[in-house]
Amino acid sequence: MASTFMADLPASGFSFENCKRNAFLFEKGAKPPTTVKTGTTIVGVVFKDGVVLGADTRATGGNMVSDKNCQKIHKMAPNMLCCGAGTAADCDKTTTMMASQLELHRLNTGRQVRVCTATRLLKQMLFRYQGYIGAYLVLGGVDSQGPHISTIQAHGSTVNTPYSAMGSGMLGAMSVLEMRWRPDMEEEEAKKLVRDAIAAGIFNDLGSGSNVDLAVIKANDQVEYLRGYELANKKGERKQRYDYPKGSSVVLSEVKRPVIVESTQVRQVAMDTS
Amino acid sequence: MLGLSSPLMPAKPALPDYSAGAGPVEHRFNPYSNNHGSVVAIGGSDYVVIASDTRLPSGYSIMSRTQSKLFPLGEGGRSVLGSSGCWADILTLTRLLETRAKMYWHEHAKPMSTGALAQMLATILYSKRFFPYYTHNILAGLDENGEGVVYSYDPVGCVEKFKFGAAGTACSLLQPMLDNQVGKMNLAHGNPEAQMDMEEALNLIHDLFVSATEREINTGDSIHFKIVTKNGIEERTIGLRKD
Amino acid sequence: MAFPMDPFSCPPLWTGGPDPSGYYSFPQIQSRNASNFKGVSAGLKPQAHSQYPITTGTSVFGVKYKDGVVMAADTLGSYGSLARFPDLRRIIRVNEHTVVACSGDYADFQFLQEIIQQKQIDEDINGGGVTMKPEALHCWLTRFLYNKRSKFDPLWTTVIVGGMQDDKPFLGYCNYIGVAFKDDLMATGIGMDVAVPIMREVLDKKGVNEFTLEEAKDLIRQCVRVCFLRDCRSSSRFNMAVVNKDGAVVEEPTVVDTNWDIAKTIKGYE
Repeated sequence: MASTFMADLPASGFSFENCKRNAFLFEKGAKPPTTVKTGTTIVGVVFKDGVVLGADTRATGGNMVSDKNCQKIHKMAPNMLCCGAGTAADCDKTTTMMASQLELHRLNTGRQVRVCTATRLLKQMLFRYQGYIGAYLVLGGVDSQGPHISTIQAHGSTVNTPYSAMGSGMLGAMSVLEMRWRPDMEEEEAKKLVRDAIAAGIFNDLGSGSNVDLAVIKANDQVEYLRGYELANKKGERKQRYDYPKGSSVVLSEVKRPVIVESTQVRQVAMDTS
Repeated sequence: MLGLSSPLMPAKPALPDYSAGAGPVEHRFNPYSNNHGSVVAIGGSDYVVIASDTRLPSGYSIMSRTQSKLFPLGEGGRSVLGSSGCWADILTLTRLLETRAKMYWHEHAKPMSTGALAQMLATILYSKRFFPYYTHNILAGLDENGEGVVYSYDPVGCVEKFKFGAAGTACSLLQPMLDNQVGKMNLAHGNPEAQMDMEEALNLIHDLFVSATEREINTGDSIHFKIVTKNGIEERTIGLRKD
Repeated sequence: MAFPMDPFSCPPLWTGGPDPSGYYSFPQIQSRNASNFKGVSAGLKPQAHSQYPITTGTSVFGVKYKDGVVMAADTLGSYGSLARFPDLRRIIRVNEHTVVACSGDYADFQFLQEIIQQKQIDEDINGGGVTMKPEALHCWLTRFLYNKRSKFDPLWTTVIVGGMQDDKPFLGYCNYIGVAFKDDLMATGIGMDVAVPIMREVLDKKGVNEFTLEEAKDLIRQCVRVCFLRDCRSSSRFNMAVVNKDGAVVEEPTVVDTNWDIAKTIKGYE
């Protein structure tokens, strides 16, 4: 029973109440809003002691860059990170939602969560939405079974491979991985490989750009998040300054409204120290 | 009745009708591709500067990083065309213009004036009104007084003369800043009639492309300048970010 | 049959059909322009040109090195998703300066090939030396393909022309719309996404002027290999062509090396 003073808590999950209205508006010619896509390059590889994940940092909306330095490697669990491509909001929300599920699971079982658990949770959730949640993920982590990379498509299919790339820059990134990945690489070599794969995406795919983010995960929850691992692109330097002298804006009209002070009162309120 | 009248062919009875599929022809095929590109031009009292980026994209990939979109027109001429849009149409249109300018040169023993070229381009574009050249053009040149002028076009030949202009993919980023800095729009103390000096124009165009490259994914790699003065056309290339 | 009395005329292609050596008038061409045109009301389907490729070849690759160019294409002819023809050659040697490679519709490629080779024969007969150098051929192809697309009857193909233009390496690209450019490295189709990043990485480090034939061949082999691994319309068997001052050679097909060792490490579900 709803209280008179407190609004009902909304039901959990998505709200579809505007669907009918929107369909009607669409029929009348209204354009639906566009979402921010992370036309992206993301990569994950397995090396000797763990996994390295990488991502570029460009977010786009159509032909425009909407974020020049966004974060595409999301935290999932103490031993797991997840790179997201596709619709930015879907990647953010899906990974945070899963992160809390995994944390509850960890607290319930008292054990480190396994990567396959996260994979299963993600694919079951994404499958229910039939691809409408546009999250294309590369999940990486190290658990009791060793290092794992898992690729999850928005429709709910998953693939487990020792190296993987996703996003619009995946073709360039994948060709670097296909040429240079080999089993049991050293950490530095793996980092260099992931960096080069992301750089291939940044420089050859228009949807990817800006900087390289890396993350290294090793056994026993050792996570090294290297945000801004490399500034692959330097911003061009302007040759002039564009300062406007005071009064550059034309004043077209002026209206002055005086503030009339009717009375002044000073009150003292005790600080809340409870 | 249609008959083949060749001296090699002996007289034959009338040809039989051949029929396979008759009727209207349906075409489902997109003859255009958008290869983007941006062009900026600024004219001064004795010069005109025109610049383009050099990236040639197709979809999300970069076909070439070194493709200038500037085309000097006419033998010994003082006009440069900057063109962006469907690259196939640009190649065809510029080839046609070059040929026409060359024919003029041979016929009249003098280069075509910028005004004449501007009118010719408008006519050629409009001649393709119902199957347009999908190109956004800026024609920069010196007029008969040696002053820099810029003609700006839409794909089907609407033309207007300006002192400065931008066209192409990033024009919505470039044009407002040009209006403000060159046209002195929205400024209390700006004089819109003042001519910009060449060094400032070059710097401004450079800065405009630097900013456009930050936010527009199809713009980048490098800027190609052509500086037109009464002494001829000078070229410059400056790098941009490549992502 | 066109001329029943003619002893040299061929039998018809099918019963009541046209004979291949016959001459016909095409009444519908006239009636199309005539005012009594009734094509649609007669319930006839519109005539459509072949507006999509049927038997296709996938990516071709080209790169310049200091003394010439190296190009490659695999030998698979795909029929939709069927790997139908295992040995289609998609690189042709036009003359001692020029080779042409094609991806896209193979019938359109053969049509082009016929014309190009006839042009070369005409040139050989006239005996004025080679005039169809790569740049000239590339320029002609841009016009040819653009004109076809302007008639809404495109040749669904993307060509790369490679060769020696007056002792300098030449590499030119042209697609079915007429989009064309020249560059130091290029690939068509999916190769533009997969192989070009590899080529750029190598050539950015080492300029074309330092790039040797062996390095160029190695690079192209890598490109073919990666495309074989990731492009499901490709095969492991490929032709390579080299053009330099010694002439143009299209080599016999070879097979890329592959390694499936890691396959056995992927097991189980999740």
